[in-house]
Amino acid sequence: MSTYTIERDIEIEAPVDIVWRTITEPEQIRTWFSDAVDLDARPGAVGTLTFRADTDDPHVVDITVVAAERPHRFSFRWCYPPGDHATAENSTLVTFTLTADGDTRTHLRVAETGLDQLDWPDDDKQKFVDEHGHGWQECGDRLQALFIAGRESSP
Amino acid sequence: MSDQTDDDDELWEAMADPTRRKLLDLLVARGQATATTLTADMPVSRQAISKHLLLLQRVGLIDSHRQGREVRYQVREQRLAEATGALSEVANRWDRRLRAIKHLAEQAHAAGRDAGANADGDHRAGEV
Repeated sequence: MSTYTIERDIEIEAPVDIVWRTITEPEQIRTWFSDAVDLDARPGAVGTLTFRADTDDPHVVDITVVAAERPHRFSFRWCYPPGDHATAENSTLVTFTLTADGDTRTHLRVAETGLDQLDWPDDDKQKFVDEHGHGWQECGDRLQALFIAGRESSP
Repeated sequence: MSDQTDDDDELWEAMADPTRRKLLDLLVARGQATATTLTADMPVSRQAISKHLLLLQRVGLIDSHRQGREVRYQVREQRLAEATGALSEVANRWDRRLRAIKHLAEQAHAAGRDAGANADGDHRAGEV
């Protein structure tokens, strides 16, 4: 079984604790991620991210915190069917890893794994893609990629 | 994984392997190539290259046709774009978010430095 992972890195000229607060505090998450955030950075906590909050068609995404080890690791699961519990089979795992480089520099890595394992029932996948299509730019893309994969390689 | 088809798995496996991604890159760059010319640019045996090409062909990412005594391979662009487009967009969005995080953190750091001794006390603790 393959595990498709996206990994991106960046160097930040700020101490690790400031970076930690930037990625875990809801009022800061709002400025780099979703329009509205209901999240407690505590392992096991379930929250929501709201995208397109200021449109007629807001999208609320459930999110479950997996690890919050200040200031080195913050991870959560998302993109699971609305209302479900997050599992390794129905969601992707996003992990932020922070590494201090001296007192004023931080290496930040984000990895998203499980993109090949989004095991939504086909009907739900179809419905989600139909309803949200390209307008829905978050979990929709992940499902759409899987959906295209399945459709094209069928004989 | 029980509900997912083998086809899905195969495509993902095809894309997840670094050697195969490199092969796809080479094929995209050149338009067409034979297993022999591809081997010249890869640190693996011709036999291994042939196996990778076979797998890529099976999942529909490349085509082959015979020209004289050679078999030439080429990427099926539409298929590759469909398979990778959504995912590269996912990666691009993480890049944009990381840049936003960098900007915010560096601003906060600069503001903290300017504020001198008050810097630490001004932020919410964000206990976890």
